[in-house]
Amino acid sequence: MNAETSLRAGPDANGHFGQFGGRYVAETLMPLILELEQAYTDAKADPAFHAELEDLLKHYVGRPSPLYFAERLTDELGGAKIYLKRDELNHTGAHKINNCIGQILLARRMGKTRIIAETGAGQHGVATATVAARFGLPCTIFMGARDIERQAPNVFRMKLLGAEVRSVESGSKTLKDAMNEALRDWVTNVHDTFYIIGTAAGPHPYPELVRDFQTVIGKEARAQILEREGRLPDLLVASIGGGSNAIGLFHPFLDDKDVRIVGIEASGKGLNTHEHAASLAGGRAGVLHGNKTMLLQDEDGQITEAHSISAGLDYPGIGPEHAWLHAIGRVEYQSATDAEALEGFQLLCRTEGIIPALEPAHAIAAVARIAPTMGKDQIIIANLCGRGDKDIFTVAAALGVTM
Amino acid sequence: MSDRLSARFAACAAQGRAALVTFVTAGDPDLATSAEILAALPGAGADVIEIGMPFTDPMADGPAIQRGNLRSLAAGTTLRQLLAMVTDFRKADDATPIVLMGYFNPILAFGPERFAAAARAAGIDGCIVVDLPPEEAGELVPALSAHGLHLVRLATPTTDAQRLPAVLNGASGFLYYVAVAGVTGANSAAATDIAAAVARLKASTSLPIAVGFGVRTPEQAAAIAAHADAVVVGSAIVDAIGAAAEERANDIPARVAAQVAALAQAVRTARKEQAA
Repeated sequence: MNAETSLRAGPDANGHFGQFGGRYVAETLMPLILELEQAYTDAKADPAFHAELEDLLKHYVGRPSPLYFAERLTDELGGAKIYLKRDELNHTGAHKINNCIGQILLARRMGKTRIIAETGAGQHGVATATVAARFGLPCTIFMGARDIERQAPNVFRMKLLGAEVRSVESGSKTLKDAMNEALRDWVTNVHDTFYIIGTAAGPHPYPELVRDFQTVIGKEARAQILEREGRLPDLLVASIGGGSNAIGLFHPFLDDKDVRIVGIEASGKGLNTHEHAASLAGGRAGVLHGNKTMLLQDEDGQITEAHSISAGLDYPGIGPEHAWLHAIGRVEYQSATDAEALEGFQLLCRTEGIIPALEPAHAIAAVARIAPTMGKDQIIIANLCGRGDKDIFTVAAALGVTM
Repeated sequence: MSDRLSARFAACAAQGRAALVTFVTAGDPDLATSAEILAALPGAGADVIEIGMPFTDPMADGPAIQRGNLRSLAAGTTLRQLLAMVTDFRKADDATPIVLMGYFNPILAFGPERFAAAARAAGIDGCIVVDLPPEEAGELVPALSAHGLHLVRLATPTTDAQRLPAVLNGASGFLYYVAVAGVTGANSAAATDIAAAVARLKASTSLPIAVGFGVRTPEQAAAIAAHADAVVVGSAIVDAIGAAAEERANDIPARVAAQVAALAQAVRTARKEQAA
């Protein structure tokens, strides 16, 4: 597979994946974006950078994460063999740390002395606060006021880790507003601050570098399934908010044409209700947060509010590489509702003794739908990108349980 | 092309003074009041009018203009209404240049070609698109050029000698110097820093230099007017509109006019005071 025909060659020199991606930022940030791009290019070519990254991933994060054969789930669904990529076993309990380790090493290379980040569910905030503590850098996390309410345990975790959590009261008070506020902070503190974006979105080079740091998931899964089964899987499934866990799993398989790849958007209360977060199924191409991508918006180009029971998927956009993979048809995008995710959540608890985060519970819901339609000799890998401890209060409320 | 911007900057230069550029968000606090404010601005001394296109996610703006955007959107303002408001304004004033300022997504949703045609027909002279750096401007520039609209570029404290040529390539109308690294309505830059920055930019372009961000008072406006070709005041006016709307005042246009008159007086006498 050469560079011209590989689906893994993007983005182009200007950060575009087809019509998506790019660098739609205020001029004040442009020199910083270009500087980051150069720093990342240099880091990629530096064996010492890779050595330090790999050492931290192994000894601090706990990689490689297991590829686990979910035998009882497979039996229950009565179809394809289901493997779970256990990124919820990482330090901090989600895949977010893979990216944060990479970005903070970049921040150090660039001589930056202060870290900022946005967070929705709080997983990226916790991961950022964690690496900031590990490297002794002051850290400010922007979090929507509504998310602070529904993710109290993660707010406390971030504070324990020494981060300042700044409540964002503007707009819809969720992830998109936290990202606006982080961008405002960055443009104000351009000289000393590094912005660790949590998903494979934002201005180039973020979608590329976040993807690259997350592809450790797919590279491991590929090697592990080849070792376990002696062949590639038939299907990959991952949930998508911005889409970093999904692109991390999918990317190393994009050129394997026989591997079917399915991303699961959050359809909240249903695609026909306007209360969902499915920007591919229900959005149009637009520009927000530094990139062109598929966005939930009204006919005037005003961004509309997303809804999902999962705070981590509650975002009106999606990473630009997913928008492109959707446009060219390489990846199939489906959705799961809040109710289906709750079913998936309980199904995994009951059959495997694993409490998933509500984000991958959407992927489990899709697996429950698809696996029975496949043969018993077929193989699915689903990305279990986070653990569900943070979500037990939300789930209890949704199930009508008073704790 | 009839070029109100060039004519107005030339006229101010001939008078030996800087131009005052005032910013208001369209439809803030509501469309009718906004139209009255707009109509009052030239008489109060605004030489150029910037009209903000409201957007849900104004990520380069500080709290004042964020609130202005939200007030406008809550009142239901659309880009089509904004254009109609300017069409009405032009019936009484065909000389004061009007520049739209905002974010790319509402323009993209409207369609760049349709937007440029409608803006030109309404009597708009140019656009500032905050999140559209030169690298991404290819989707809008041909449409604007075809309809004779300026695309005003921004230079900032982070625009170094290496970056400046990219900013200036294709810049027209005037160059907007963002005086502080930050969002609108932020702290003010030191007058000496601004003077140095303007001198640096003047060495590379013959476009008029307008300076904005952090300019709130007549004194600050005067200090900048001594050096720059134009001074932009936005957040202070939008703040005043917000405060007046909060107390449900019925004389918002008159209040804005009084505030703008004080700024205009300071800008128009700045160089004389300095010379004296």
